[in-house]
Amino acid sequence: MSTMTREETEALIAEVLEVYPEKAKKDRAKHLTANDPSIEQSKKCITSNRKSLPGVMTIRGCAYAGSKGVVWGPIKDMIHISHGPVGCGQYSRAGRRNYYVGTTGIDSFGTMNFTSDFQEKDIVFGGDKKLAKLIEEVEMLFPLHRGISVQSECPIGLIGDDIEGVAKKSAVVIEKPIVPVRCEGFRGVSQSLGHHIANDAIRDWVLDKRDGQPFESTPYDVAIIGDYNIGGDAWATRILLEEMGLRVVAQWSGDGTLAEMMNTPKVKLNLLHCYRSMNYISRHMEEKYGIPYMEYNFFGPTKIIESLRRIAGFFDDSVKEKTEAVIARYQPMMDAIIAKYKPRLQGKKVMLYVGGLRPRHVIGAYEDLGMEVIGTGYEFAHNDDYDRTIKEMGDATLLYDDVTGFELEEFVKKLKPDMVGSGIKEKYIFQKMGIPLRQMHSWDYSGPYHGYDGFAIFARDMDIALSSPTFKNLTPPWKKVAVEETLKAA
Amino acid sequence: MAKLRQCAIYGKGGIGKSTTTQNLVAALAEAGKKVMIVGCDPKADSTRLILHSKAQTTVMHLAAEAGSVEDLELEDVLSVGYGGVKCVESGGPEPGVGCAGRGVITAINFLEEEGAYDEDLDFVFYDVLGDVVCGGFAMPIRENKAQEIYIVCSGEMMAMYAANNIAKGIVKYANSGGVRLGGLICNSRNTDREDELIMALAAAMGTQMIHFVPRDNAVQHAEIRRMTVIEYDPTHKQADQYRQLAQKVMNNTMLVIPTPIEMEALEDLLMEFGIMEAEDETIVGKTAADLAA
Repeated sequence: MSTMTREETEALIAEVLEVYPEKAKKDRAKHLTANDPSIEQSKKCITSNRKSLPGVMTIRGCAYAGSKGVVWGPIKDMIHISHGPVGCGQYSRAGRRNYYVGTTGIDSFGTMNFTSDFQEKDIVFGGDKKLAKLIEEVEMLFPLHRGISVQSECPIGLIGDDIEGVAKKSAVVIEKPIVPVRCEGFRGVSQSLGHHIANDAIRDWVLDKRDGQPFESTPYDVAIIGDYNIGGDAWATRILLEEMGLRVVAQWSGDGTLAEMMNTPKVKLNLLHCYRSMNYISRHMEEKYGIPYMEYNFFGPTKIIESLRRIAGFFDDSVKEKTEAVIARYQPMMDAIIAKYKPRLQGKKVMLYVGGLRPRHVIGAYEDLGMEVIGTGYEFAHNDDYDRTIKEMGDATLLYDDVTGFELEEFVKKLKPDMVGSGIKEKYIFQKMGIPLRQMHSWDYSGPYHGYDGFAIFARDMDIALSSPTFKNLTPPWKKVAVEETLKAA
Repeated sequence: MAKLRQCAIYGKGGIGKSTTTQNLVAALAEAGKKVMIVGCDPKADSTRLILHSKAQTTVMHLAAEAGSVEDLELEDVLSVGYGGVKCVESGGPEPGVGCAGRGVITAINFLEEEGAYDEDLDFVFYDVLGDVVCGGFAMPIRENKAQEIYIVCSGEMMAMYAANNIAKGIVKYANSGGVRLGGLICNSRNTDREDELIMALAAAMGTQMIHFVPRDNAVQHAEIRRMTVIEYDPTHKQADQYRQLAQKVMNNTMLVIPTPIEMEALEDLLMEFGIMEAEDETIVGKTAADLAA
């Protein structure tokens, strides 16, 4: 149920595109559409994972961000070396709140920055020797680390540093795994290729390292893949799985360890949260080890219950029974939350613009609170993500891929949502326009939002944003025009 | 003091750029000119005949030892050899690692910042690695650097092909900066009608063959002693050849934006001089069986 008809949405897209030069208009038109839930394949209506146009203010990241920032960074007992000049590592240091248990600098290293700090001479003469030296020093200063990953910054790909050679040689010296990752930032169109490269590095350098080794299995072993524990999400998830009678062998990679990754090929089922960043390795384990993977969604009670039952479907009756008991036990808590917040949030409209998963995953949670998502889009999704999105969104709602700064602002001005869910780059733009914004990458430093515990916090946070008196003291530009016109008329 | 002239020497790898440059520079020095050579090749063999050394310690190696290029002084990298010729090698990595192009950029920027060219120099010669494979090796012909290019070539097909390609690079920078082609230096390989061929090529490219340097063993004899012919045997007729080249360079006024020729035109030229056979288009893509049939 959308507030706009298909014709109105299409007219809006055409109107916003009007200012572009012909070539840009033609390109951007392919990335914008009015949703049609009856379509099976999104490629019929939207284009994604293409190079951004110069000058449009895309907010995408790079392959290094996808590998170091997303997939590898949260593996807490490894040291992730940003190989290249200092900036990439230092300015992304601890930027993503991947919560972890451990003593930083002793056995965990998540919020630290390790870099080879390239100088001119390292570019000219190559950084191989420096990298080997750095690994030696890391081993001496942080002896409790369990392994090292080498995250390539751009210059590494240009000067052709042999990081694989160093990794192999130094791994023998320190007797710990060293994983070279060719995630140079210039590769690909967004951080998405970085996820893929990082997945491939796990496949080639980690996953089979414990093949054939004894492992005390249970029939209930699962792995959580693609929950990066932003504000504790993986923990809120793990609780539920354990209450269902499952044993969580690994968390990839939020609060995760290298050993957990190596043990993952022994599990019975991979539970895939962030499909975009970890589908590659999940598919690989399905092909190589015959481990099925299931995409689940732990945002909001409706999706949680649906996911819990589907997960239980992979296991015996004891798990199914426990799952029903879990659902029943949390239901009163969910009822109370909905009873408290739904009356205040009912009918409020949201527009989303997030990374590669949440633009579709959080829709159910908003709907549980009586809210409606009237527009959504991804920074770096592929068409398989939009395939999954068109079913979740109402007919004729707005979809925007790799949206530009201009487009998103115009869409928000026209659709007038009560709230925007996006990131730090959008936050102050829309708040200054008088529209509440919740960061849906970082949960605005709140969270967790996953699981039953997370929903309580999600509902509260949305209420805080929407019911804050702050925005009543701001007049958004379009209302300003209305006020002025009224004054003129008077 | 006349205005400083900055010249860059390009040409196919192995054509004799470094040898020609050093002999030319020695002849200029002999004529009383103040000259500096800047070697832009990681092999660092552009100054050995002037300095009588195996390889000069380079800017980049000294910078790597000191920590960074900012830690160096001009005196550390500058050596003075035959005839007061100042010598600098940019240096760079061993083959297969790092980025040699960046080394050239760093070294040349260093020389400029340290005022290496402010002295009473008449000429600076940049001796650049064979192929302009990336932006780094084009550094000497960008703005405020070399204004004159000389291309060393011979009557061999690949040398001419390379010369034409280098001219294409010059056109690119000629339009944005002020770089001009001063001419082709034919370093003879004793191929047939070599002088005529190179003159024809030069004419087609809108430039001149500034000098034809005949092949002579004296160059080899001098080279194994790490000397130029000018210094080793000043009375030898080959020394006069380099003196003539030096005179022509000193008096050269024909500085042009070259007109590189198309591949077909180059092939026509080679066929005209009998270096290349006309291609038989009828056999292209035919198997042995086809031809037998």
